[in-house]
Amino acid sequence: MATFLQQLINGISQGSAYALIALGYTMVYGVLRLINFAHGDVYMFGAYMGFYLANNKWIQSNVGTSTAGAVVVMVGAMALSAGLGIVIERFAYRPGRSGARFTLAFWLGIVGAGIGHLVHPSLISLAIGALGGILVGVILEQTGLRPVRQNSRLSLLIIAIGVSLVLENGGQQVFGVDPKFFPQIISTTLWHVGELTIDSQKVIVLAVSILLMLLLNLFVKYTRTGKAMRAVSFNLDAARLMGINTDRIIALTFAIGSALAAAGGILVSLLYPKIDPLMGIMPGLKAFVAAVLGGIGNITGAMLGGLIVGMAEVMAVGYGQSTYRDAIAFIILILILLLKPAGIMGKGVVEKV
Amino acid sequence: MPKTMLELKIVSSSYGAIEALKGVSLRIEQGEIVTLIGANGAGKSTTLRSITGLVPPVSGDILFEGQRLNALPTHKIVALGISMAPEGRAIFANLTVAENLELGAYLQPDAAQNERQMDRVITLFPRLAERWRQQGGTLSGGEQQMLAIGRALMSRPRLLLLDEPSLGLAPLLVHTIFAAIDAINKEGTTILLVEQNANAALKHSHRAYVLETGSIVMEGPSQQLANDPRVREAYLGEK
Ligand SMILES: Nc1ncnc2c1ncn2[C@@H]1O[C@H](COP(=O)(O)OP(=O)(O)O)[C@@H](O)[C@H]1O
Ligand SMILES: [Mg+2]
Repeated sequence: MATFLQQLINGISQGSAYALIALGYTMVYGVLRLINFAHGDVYMFGAYMGFYLANNKWIQSNVGTSTAGAVVVMVGAMALSAGLGIVIERFAYRPGRSGARFTLAFWLGIVGAGIGHLVHPSLISLAIGALGGILVGVILEQTGLRPVRQNSRLSLLIIAIGVSLVLENGGQQVFGVDPKFFPQIISTTLWHVGELTIDSQKVIVLAVSILLMLLLNLFVKYTRTGKAMRAVSFNLDAARLMGINTDRIIALTFAIGSALAAAGGILVSLLYPKIDPLMGIMPGLKAFVAAVLGGIGNITGAMLGGLIVGMAEVMAVGYGQSTYRDAIAFIILILILLLKPAGIMGKGVVEKV
Repeated sequence: MPKTMLELKIVSSSYGAIEALKGVSLRIEQGEIVTLIGANGAGKSTTLRSITGLVPPVSGDILFEGQRLNALPTHKIVALGISMAPEGRAIFANLTVAENLELGAYLQPDAAQNERQMDRVITLFPRLAERWRQQGGTLSGGEQQMLAIGRALMSRPRLLLLDEPSLGLAPLLVHTIFAAIDAINKEGTTILLVEQNANAALKHSHRAYVLETGSIVMEGPSQQLANDPRVREAYLGEK
């Protein structure tokens, strides 16, 4: 029983971090019907921003390593990641949505370079891949085939993969390939309750996650901008007719989703302090599963989905199936796609034409 | 001399390779109800979508009180005083009736003014008050149409565009909607009314245009068109 409770606590804190990331997927899907596959990398970016802010001498000497310091690190990293989210939307997805010239060629070039490098890790292979990608993109554009039309999903998917490649490789260049260790920005206390040991970090992860989700809910439900966001996710054209600047709402959605992912990145780094430029891939995929599980586009669903995925994972590990840890999320994905593709909170996806 | 509110000059619009409007010209004077009738697929909705910038025209000019709308994004066109209740109502089903109306006033900062406008909408459609806290998606078709028109009125537009407001409604509700259209116009709002129900539309409008496969084929005072044998045969179901 005690082990079970222990696992429950671990599962909830892990799950709440997944929930934070899943929110970004689900909100962006809500407004754009796009799975932003670069979202996991924004989570990584957030963790690194937290790392650099926490190690910043000025912040250390002026704010200290107190709670205030932790708050500065958290909020700062969230703000910087929100900025990254806006940049991604503005310079990658928006040109893709409007079918701007050479957008597809550019991103196919990047994806091509990635593939080239994967086939053979040399500069020549990379260049050949890039040129091949650009060529395909230009040809597609000249012939006016499907992928270059406005809002083409294939084109947006290619952009998403390209952005993800840029962030992961850029991360390796800028932050370094080797893992770094996230500083203890908040000291750990172990509380003993009966047979249970409760780690104060886990409580903090849970509390901060709940606080952020609560704030998000209040924002979306009661503010004018939050209502505009719901309107955009329900019907883009109708939202425009209300006088809503939908591009601005979409950018804001990316900003909020990215800030939440950054918060997730820092919270997880409190528990597992090893960070590296590819750290976003797995949690990104798991949070995506969480979003699908909850019913993609549904905010409450993403929170619930995150908790379930985190819980299932921790329970599996706790009961000796640790080799399957990363497989759990995918088993859940397969089950949900078989049993209830719309997700637990989904009312059936209202497809946009 | 009546003042021209909206003018379309040889406007063409397309969806990819499909040319839906082929040089449409029309004019709406201040205070009028002008109706645009035509068969399914004639381009009526596209005309409204072009005016509001949802489908920016490929060529031609759209002038609202002398200002060119062509290159403006929809939210700026709405800010100029044009509002639209789109085809199929497009109610925000996941928002309450009250929230739908609030969003209609998205660009209006004056809360007191918005309250008064909400009261006006409720006076026009008392049914909405009974559904106030209900989700838009739970409303009947007629109620959704009332909400769509009410929501469009919340921005206090000078020009109101209505796309098939009577579509799929029972006769009694059709009557309610057209009575509301008359009332809105009497209070000073200019209206462009798109309808397949040519009979009612011609009865409740001052002037009319007939659209056929993307081109205007007839225009004139509604009374006159209602008596035109060609219109009677093609659109009023007479042989
Ligand atoms: N979203 C769209 N994509 C492609 N073609 C469209 C679209 N909407 C309308 N059309 C085409 O444009 C033409 C005019 O349509 P529309 O303006 O909706 O007509 P109406 O409102 O008079 O029924 C039709 O041929 C229709 O098939
Ligand atoms: Mg139509």
